[in-house]
Amino acid sequence: MYQYDQYDQAMVDARVEEFRDQARRRLEGKLTEAQFTPLRLKNGLYLQLHAYMLRVAIPYGTLDSRQMHALADIADKYDRGYGHFTTRQNIQYNWIKLEEAADILADLAKVEMHAIQTSGNCIRNISSDHFAGAAADELVDPRPYAEILRQWSSFHPEFNYLPRKFKIAVIASDTDRAAMRLHDIGIQIVQNDAGELGAAFYVGGGMGRTPMIAPCINPFVPLDQLVTYSEACLRVYNRYGRRDNKFKARIKILVHELGAEEYTRQVEEEFAHLLEQGVEPPFAELERIRTFFEDPLFEAGASSDIDRSDPDFALWVDRNTVAHKADGYVSAVISLKPVGGIPGDATAEQMHLMADLAKDYSFDELRVMHTQNIVLPHVRAADLHALWTALDVAGLGAPNLDTVEDIIACPGLDYCSLANARSIPVAQRISERFAKTGKTETLGQLKLKISGCINACGHHHAGHIGILGVDRKGVENYQLLLGGSEAEDVSLAKITGPGFDEHGIVDAVETVTTVYEREREDGERFLDTYRRIGMNPFKEALYG
Amino acid sequence: MRLLTGNDLKTGAVTWWTGSDWSIHVEDAADVTGSEDETARREEAARRVNAPYAIDAEMQDGVPRPTHIKERIRTLGPTVRPDLTLKPAEPDLGNWVI
Amino acid sequence: MAELLRYRDDETVDHPAVTVDAFLDQSNANAVRIEPGDDARDLLPHLERVALVEVNFPAFGDGRGYSSARILREAGYDGELRAVGDVLVDQLAYMRRCGFDAFEPDQQLDKDDVQAAFDRWPDVYQSAADDRTPIWTKRHA
Repeated sequence: MYQYDQYDQAMVDARVEEFRDQARRRLEGKLTEAQFTPLRLKNGLYLQLHAYMLRVAIPYGTLDSRQMHALADIADKYDRGYGHFTTRQNIQYNWIKLEEAADILADLAKVEMHAIQTSGNCIRNISSDHFAGAAADELVDPRPYAEILRQWSSFHPEFNYLPRKFKIAVIASDTDRAAMRLHDIGIQIVQNDAGELGAAFYVGGGMGRTPMIAPCINPFVPLDQLVTYSEACLRVYNRYGRRDNKFKARIKILVHELGAEEYTRQVEEEFAHLLEQGVEPPFAELERIRTFFEDPLFEAGASSDIDRSDPDFALWVDRNTVAHKADGYVSAVISLKPVGGIPGDATAEQMHLMADLAKDYSFDELRVMHTQNIVLPHVRAADLHALWTALDVAGLGAPNLDTVEDIIACPGLDYCSLANARSIPVAQRISERFAKTGKTETLGQLKLKISGCINACGHHHAGHIGILGVDRKGVENYQLLLGGSEAEDVSLAKITGPGFDEHGIVDAVETVTTVYEREREDGERFLDTYRRIGMNPFKEALYG
Repeated sequence: MRLLTGNDLKTGAVTWWTGSDWSIHVEDAADVTGSEDETARREEAARRVNAPYAIDAEMQDGVPRPTHIKERIRTLGPTVRPDLTLKPAEPDLGNWVI
Repeated sequence: MAELLRYRDDETVDHPAVTVDAFLDQSNANAVRIEPGDDARDLLPHLERVALVEVNFPAFGDGRGYSSARILREAGYDGELRAVGDVLVDQLAYMRRCGFDAFEPDQQLDKDDVQAAFDRWPDVYQSAADDRTPIWTKRHA
């Protein structure tokens, strides 16, 4: 794992004191709310429905047990004993006081964490593959590249007042576990015919009210030009991204309006200019960062044998563990989606437990998934039963990874001031319904994603089944979408037709799964069947 | 009726204008019809409230009930965590919110 | 209008700054004002006759002026680069790094806050238009 040196620590410490000073000036009236808002947002502090909300960055989703313990302590000390893991690998606290926010940031800084640029019109936390460094199918560990971009983007003087927020994801395998092409910039580390590593740049993706899939604008940027190329992409956006209409200010609109070809031409022109400016870090820095992400000392010859005599355990192994690059190891997913629970929420006690288990069984490392679950990336097969037993006791043993119960849901109208409808209760009722009918397992992979407004924090455009909450004359109403995917087979979901009330939407989801069960051919996932047969059979079943 | 609401600058707590002060309980809220803009301006300038705005409400059983569901959720707390609402001991309040 | 904050030793230019269009038309103007929608690169062929560039920030949230400033410095412009308009104390350090060396904010800034803003950062992560050495270069010096 990356560790701060004195430079990183000094920068984060300085940021804490800067925010402490800004909060003081706000409380003393030297800053208006309009002036203070972008400053607090760039430190992750929102004003939400019930209180301030603090979003803490978990860079590329990686943290150690000390950091997870610290997150739990913050939940207890400053909040109400829990936190919410988000779709961008961050954690949010819902009941924060402005007068304590700087103290929280100081506590975070003690464990090399921060809330820098987790909101606001700037470059946000860089996200990555939650199985990085563990996945059997990856080319290299993508996190060193995410880390160098973290440093480059932190306090970037030119790009702190962009037209709109800016999200970057970095992956390094053909399997996309980070919704890479639905980011403002998606980077895939690739290898060319000469065996050299480079970065494929996809620019202009995103969800929100105008979802778009990012086109590839350059299939191979040499790694010693990664920062310079990123800078060129950002400069063209900062200069020409729309500022007349907040809803058209994301880079996807610029790329769409210019056309990918013209945007690329402008980037290449700026890139050629910036190459002469010497903005690229020394290559030795990338080498230095890479040393932090070397493999832990996997036990040679570790056994892959698993005693499957306990059927509940066997189900969890089948559902929640994933192939690892080292023999005898797996990545284990801790589901934060208990039936009827709040997707992504974890109590302080659960966080402490996950931290302890990471220390005991996963080389002291945890990951946050964009699907709001937690990963222990490097677990010996021999330790799985002990791990599962401890998780199950704490309500963390749900065997439902990538099933219809593994629902992504934004906080929705229960917490969020932008929301039009509640998301969480819909997720709760759906997981309860499928757990009750016992169909969860037979439906196989079925990604269900719920947003409480068109900003799409719940990724409804990318759900095999998506649900969008809207406000219909003051009453919550839910639109159903089908056919989206955030993965390497990326696609945008289409709306089925008129919306449903909060009970009707649960029935509607069950109805479309019934169509799938009727129509599916061998080996087809819900998404495959939808793509083969199209929308009409589902519409007929829904609206007759 | 119209209610003036906002968040406490320091704590972020939802507050209601009572006619002379701010309260976290909607039961204390006063009708601000006609004076909402002036009160909001004055109180925000004095930093006794953050981002105040007026909403529609109607009197129901002697308590002002905001017209929009979003404001009713703001009034009490998240519907999915009744234990964290202002009145955790009154489970029937879910019906008041929804 | 608040007091001019200036971090240069040379004489202040006393000609009023003209628009980019007017500047390109008038061969004797030496002070020009860039608006957010202007292309700073239009000035590049004429930099030898420029002594003052004002970059206007009508609203602090519009960050195009940061790119304008860096582009001018990258092209070798070494005259005064002045941020004018809705310039707030919490932006000064970023502006300075983009090459601004003078500030003319609409609202008077508190002198102590200004000093604190410039003294805040022990180091910088990335290259910009100033002469500070990025952390990643220091690490491998």
